[in-house]
This record gives sequence, structure tokens and C-alpha cells, in this order.
Amino acid sequence: MGVTLTVLSLIVLIPLSAVVLKAADQSPAEFWAVATSQRSLAAYRLSFGAAFVAAVINSIFGVLTAWALVRYEFPGKTLINALVDLPFALPTAVAGIALATLYAPNGWVGQFLTPLGIKAAYNPVGVTIALIFIGLPFVVRTIEPVLRDAAEDVEEAAASLGANRIDTILRIVLPALAPAWLTGFAMAFARGVGEYGSVIFIAGNMPYKSEIAPLLIIIQLEQFEYARAATIAVVMLAVSFTMLLVINAIQAWARRFD
Amino acid sequence: MTISIRSVEKKFGRYPALNKVDLEIKDGELLALLGPSGSGKTTLLRTIAGLEFPDAGQVLFDGQDVTFASAADRRVGFVFQQYALFKHMTVAKNIAFGLDVRKGKDKPSKAEIAQRVDDLLKLVELDGLGKRYPSQLSGGQRQRVALSRALAVQPSVLLLDEPFGALDATVRKSLRKELRRVHDATGVTTIFVTHDQEEALELADRVAILNKGQIEQIGTPDQVHDTPETAFVCGFVGEANSFEGQVGGGQFTAGSLRLPAGGVREGSATAYVRPHDFVLDDGGFEVRVERAHVQGALTTVNAVAQDGRPIEISASRAEAARFQGTVKIAARKAHVYAA
Repeated sequence: MGVTLTVLSLIVLIPLSAVVLKAADQSPAEFWAVATSQRSLAAYRLSFGAAFVAAVINSIFGVLTAWALVRYEFPGKTLINALVDLPFALPTAVAGIALATLYAPNGWVGQFLTPLGIKAAYNPVGVTIALIFIGLPFVVRTIEPVLRDAAEDVEEAAASLGANRIDTILRIVLPALAPAWLTGFAMAFARGVGEYGSVIFIAGNMPYKSEIAPLLIIIQLEQFEYARAATIAVVMLAVSFTMLLVINAIQAWARRFD
Repeated sequence: MTISIRSVEKKFGRYPALNKVDLEIKDGELLALLGPSGSGKTTLLRTIAGLEFPDAGQVLFDGQDVTFASAADRRVGFVFQQYALFKHMTVAKNIAFGLDVRKGKDKPSKAEIAQRVDDLLKLVELDGLGKRYPSQLSGGQRQRVALSRALAVQPSVLLLDEPFGALDATVRKSLRKELRRVHDATGVTTIFVTHDQEEALELADRVAILNKGQIEQIGTPDQVHDTPETAFVCGFVGEANSFEGQVGGGQFTAGSLRLPAGGVREGSATAYVRPHDFVLDDGGFEVRVERAHVQGALTTVNAVAQDGRPIEISASRAEAARFQGTVKIAARKAHVYAA
């Protein structure tokens, strides 16, 4: 307990309180002005919005991926399995450059999207694509073990009681996955909110339009506006912490049967 | 409902799990499928349920061919060894599930479902626990929930796969009585799988004994115990001393042991004698008593024949004192099978 607290303080609590202290260098009026400037608000909206959308998309495709990995045998399964972890290991800048190259209007994928009127890079769509890439393994790897442990006799029981396949999946399999699903969602979301490296290459970084909050912090730092950078950081910290608390509460509720 | 299994075969890879199995199950009976692990008993049960499909042969319910009908269409109640309860649902929701998933006019009203759940909870003596989650119940209670969930859909047949396997001895005993009571109250044709011969003999109307994917014998508990048709049945059902020896001139001989063996083919053979079929007899053969210990109304005697063969004898409590040193015993009854 003592060890845990010490480590947690050194690694997490002290750096975070330093951020808060730094932000407190300014007067409350200054703090408020920076925290709620139009540019900051646009950046929060993009960071949290894109992270949310990406986490939702990952929740859906992450379950499908995990399902395929657990329930089916197919050629190249080991390869796919390893690929899922790639976003964990790949330097985020590499991922960002690769995605930007692919999705740029003249890129391999982008060239087919442009005639359809879809612009998939240098705008919020691009940001979301990068965050989907980064977040997928979180969902897959939290769902997978739960799905693997889920006994198939439960599905057989549902079938023997007259449930069709859709009923069985919707009412038996997925609800049992809910707690792990929420964990995966929360982790993908949290990672998306804080993601920097892979996003800045594909985002376009236009203030008010495609500038993410972590980038805004870097910009403030480069201009030696440390207190302003800390202000934005504090806001993000507060919002993220609140959202994670809420997700934890929902999770506790979803685990009520354990 | 009557169930007919006609020359059903099932292979898993190259391993035959069921090898031309024929079985007739009578309406309303309580049948046990008894056998060692790997004998095909669970596969047979799952084939009846529609959770496995045979490679060859037929399954008939009341004369109707259901060989390839799905579990959902057969209206069977299946109770799994590990309960397979829906852990994210309350006990009441678990029991109601089979009624809840019905569609359109087949679906009972909410009040009817609630009533049925209540009745079932009473039937298995779990009244008042409907709002709990499975994780808040003991193993025995979970198995009762699984049983009432299966009964909720008013199945035409109730199938149980090693229903008491995961429970401790006391709970197991009381659940056995419970299953018998529920069976008698509902009258539903019931088949259960077990590897515990005591359980099968105590509970079932008839017992089918499986070995290596085939039915060795089917009969009442008394029939399979007292007149086993094959060596396997004799060894598997009830306690038995087994002896390898020779049959010649209507007699089985193994060392100093002699047993009547009328009608058995001459040559090498195996003889089985139940421990309670050995009695003290001055005309018999000599054994040396190693240990005689009294347990309840019985005395269990561990003895050794002259040639060193161990023999187990079961006698009454009163006879304990007479099993001392060297005694002469004879077999009242023996089962001899040509090898």
C-alpha cells in the first residue's frame, strides 16, 4: 500500500499537481480567458469529439475483430493477430506520416475518396482516422480474453431454450461482454484524447478547424507561454478525469452481476 | 414423449463417439445413461437434444423424424454440467428467458411469465431468490435454477448432462431426491448422463450402460446390477472382485478358487463376484483375513487367497468377529464371461 502510493505519487500525482500549480501562476481572469478562448474551445471540441467518435467506431470493429480472432480459424490468423498490436508498437509519428500519405487527396486511398467528395486528410475526418488506428488494439485486447472465457454452453443453453442466433448474440453474448467493452472504449477514448504524434501529420493543424488540444499546448510551449499551456492541460485533465470517472461508474453498474 | 434412437453413428475426427446406437425411451420414464468418460454418453445426450447431429441413423420423437431439427425446434430442456446460467441476468430473468424469446402470439404475457417463474421457483424450493444474480447463489442453488429454466418452456423431454457432477456429496444427495420429485411432479420424460453408478441405480427407472460408443445393456437398476449381460457391465455396475482364469467342465478355476460356470464357453474367462456374494462356508476355499472393519451395518473384509489374490468380502456387522485368521469362504453367486 505504502509502495503503491509512493510510486503513484512520483509518477502520476506530483507531475499532475505541477501542471495545476503552473496554471495557477496566472490570475483567475487570465486563466479563464485562455481556457475559454475560441481557439481553445475549438481544440477541445475536436480532441474530445474525434476521440469519442473513434472510440465508438473502434468499439464496433474491435468486437468484430476480437470475435473473428477467438471464434474462427483462418489462414493468416497469427499474422492478423500480430497486426492488431502494431499500433501499440509503431512510433506514432510513423503511423501519422503513413496515414497522411495514404489518405491525402493524391494518396493511395485518398485518390478514390476525392471523386466521391470525401476529404479524409487535413481535416477532422483525418484526425478521427488517426485515432481509430491508435485505439483499435485497446478494444480488441480487452474484449478478446473475456470472449475466450465465455463458455459456449451458455449459447447452447440459449439455443435449446428456443432463442435464435440474433437473440442469442444480442441478449446473451453482448451483454456479458459489456463491462470489458466499456473498459476498451474508455481506454481507446482516453488514448485518443491525449494522442499527438500520429494526429498532427494528418490533421492539417488549422487553428479553429483541425487543431487538436495537445498541439495547442505544444504551440504555447514553443512560444514560452508555459502558464497558458498548463491552463489548457488543466482543462483537458479535468474533463478527461470526469469522463473516466463516469465511465468507471457505468462499468461498476455493468458489473453488478459479478 | 417416446424417443427412438436408431443406429445412430457419430465420429469426431477418426474417433467414433457413437457406434450404431439403438435406444427406445418410454414416455415419462427417468432414464440414466451411465458409462465411463469417453463412452459416448454425453454425445448421445447432445444428439437427442439437437446440439450434435449424427453422421448416420435417426432420432425420432413420438415417431417424428427430428434427426436434423435444431435444438430450438425440438422443445427440449437441457441442463448443463456447469449450469450455463446467464450471469448478467437475475434468477427470475434466467428462468423466464425461454418464454421471453418467443415471438408474436406464442409469447405469454408478462403476468403469465411472472406467474410461471414463481411456480418454478417454488417447485425447486428457491422462492424469494428471483432477484438474485447467479453469482450470489451456491452451486446447488445454481443447478436448481438451471433445472427450472429448462422446465420453464414445458419441454417434451428433459435432458441433464452430469447434473450433479460439480457438487459436493451432501448437496448431490439432496438434489437427486429433488430431481426424482420434480420428475414425478411433472411427468416429463427425463434422461440424465452420469458416470456415477450409485446415482444411476438410485435415481433412474432404467439404466443404459455405455462403453466405447455402444450400449452394453439397458434395464432396470436391479436387472443391470443382478444380471449383468456383459463383463463390462458387471465390472462397472456395483462392486465386484474380478478373477482371470479358465473354464472347463462347467467350472471356472483360478488358483484355489472354483466357481460354477454353466453354459460358458471353455477356455480363458473372467469371473466377477460381488463382495456380498462371498459367504463363510466350510466347503469353500481358504483365505487369510488381513483386515475386517465395521462400517455402519456392514463389515468390509480385505482378505487374501492362497495364491496371493486380494479378495473383498462384505458381511453383516454381526459376522465381524468370525472373520479372523484363516477362514473358508464360497461364492453364492458368480458372473463368468468367456474372454
